[in-house]
Amino acid sequence: MELYEAWKPLLREGTATFSQEFYVKFYQAFVEGDRWQQYLRGVGTTLLATAMALAIGIALGIIIAMIRTAHDQQRPGHHNPILALLNAVCKVYVTVIRGTPMMVQLLIMGFVIFSSSRNYTLVGALTLGINSGAYVSEIIRGGLMALDPGQAEAGRSLGLNYIDTMRFIVIPQAFKAILPSLGNEFIILLKDTSLITVIGGKELVYAAQAIYGRTYEQMFPLLGIALIYLVLVIIFSWLLGILERRLRQSDRR
Amino acid sequence: MIDVKHLSKSFGDHLVLNDISEHIYPGDKVVIIGPSGSGKSTFLRSLNMLEPPTAGTITFDGVEVTSPKTDIDEVRRKMGMVFQHFNLFPNMTILRNITLAPVRTGRMTQAQAEEQAMALLRRVGLEEKASAYPSQLSGGQKQRIAIVRALAMNPKVMLFDEPTSALDPEMVGEVLAVMKELAADGMTMVVVTHEMGFAREVGNRILFMDGGRILEQGSPEAVFGNPQNPRLKDFLSKVL
Repeated sequence: MELYEAWKPLLREGTATFSQEFYVKFYQAFVEGDRWQQYLRGVGTTLLATAMALAIGIALGIIIAMIRTAHDQQRPGHHNPILALLNAVCKVYVTVIRGTPMMVQLLIMGFVIFSSSRNYTLVGALTLGINSGAYVSEIIRGGLMALDPGQAEAGRSLGLNYIDTMRFIVIPQAFKAILPSLGNEFIILLKDTSLITVIGGKELVYAAQAIYGRTYEQMFPLLGIALIYLVLVIIFSWLLGILERRLRQSDRR
Repeated sequence: MIDVKHLSKSFGDHLVLNDISEHIYPGDKVVIIGPSGSGKSTFLRSLNMLEPPTAGTITFDGVEVTSPKTDIDEVRRKMGMVFQHFNLFPNMTILRNITLAPVRTGRMTQAQAEEQAMALLRRVGLEEKASAYPSQLSGGQKQRIAIVRALAMNPKVMLFDEPTSALDPEMVGEVLAVMKELAADGMTMVVVTHEMGFAREVGNRILFMDGGRILEQGSPEAVFGNPQNPRLKDFLSKVL
């Protein structure tokens, strides 16, 4: 505190040493006015938006993947018209979402569709979730299609119904197979929450921008949030690794 | 027990089963032989509707299996099936592989199912593998477990789809031994196989299929000793 007050004028005069300048700018970026709390709130919002987007994305992804695989696995000659319609809707959704930039989707959702909403974080998380759903559905579809059809046949031949076969046999195996891809999607989602800033979501990037908007010193806030994102991703990658090892238990020989 | 009438099945333009009518009696040990692509696996798989036929009817124990109104799950509970590639569930222990279906279909409590599973495992000499996972077993052991898993539902008939074709030669014997024991206990069996020795020894009726039809059938002595159909003669000359 005293050092900060003492060295601050030196910067204006241009006589500060490198370490003095470093200290003052670091202090401004993280300590002055308890700014670290702004980053902390940013992390909270980032994690909340990620969690909401992930929940929406996985729910949408499962529904779409189920519709599309159910449609594709119909016996030749037995086409259900309702399923065909749902399948067409899903295909349009996946095409539109994958075919337009996330940033543009956010701007449209924030300034056109929900232009009167003030809950920017929620709108942002919703957009991210809808976006993620398109990718997650393809990941799940891949997992379901990659599983040996003999597994489901064995379940059904024992007299288990479709739901039980999916629940005990197909889904646990498919989940294990797609976990690395899902983890990857989760990490992309976590970082993509930074885009919510463009519609006014108060997450990490917003915190950094608010701070350097007052101090006119960009380097420390930006490097700071970069480091925070990195640490978050490392922590979640580590947790995913533990989960994967647990699920691989049945592979041991 | 199983009555098949005018059964046909086509994949697109390709006719795999061509107007098959056949009856399987209680206690029958029917062995289906024939070249690959003859439709014998498709015929077996259509019996429990894993391959729904395009035309014809199948009746099992007085229930029309092919009717859309029939609860197919209920029918399948009485028909055990063993696959070429075992299809054990790799995400479960052996014990759970065996107890899952009896418990989930409400036939038994977990305790009853486990007791029965252990008894069956003892019969095939694999009780020490109860808590192992399928990846820790050899092919022959996996197939013996697959048979036990099907038996755990107390089926009235067992369907075997080339049960030894994916096995190393030295493991074929242990699986056939279990099947022979099952046959001796009076189980009704329908077996698709390339094991002619087994067909001759265990089968009471041999069906020869080619081109989606049953071209010849009869006792092992008649089919192997005195074949009539030229295609059967040709087939036997290649495999015997």
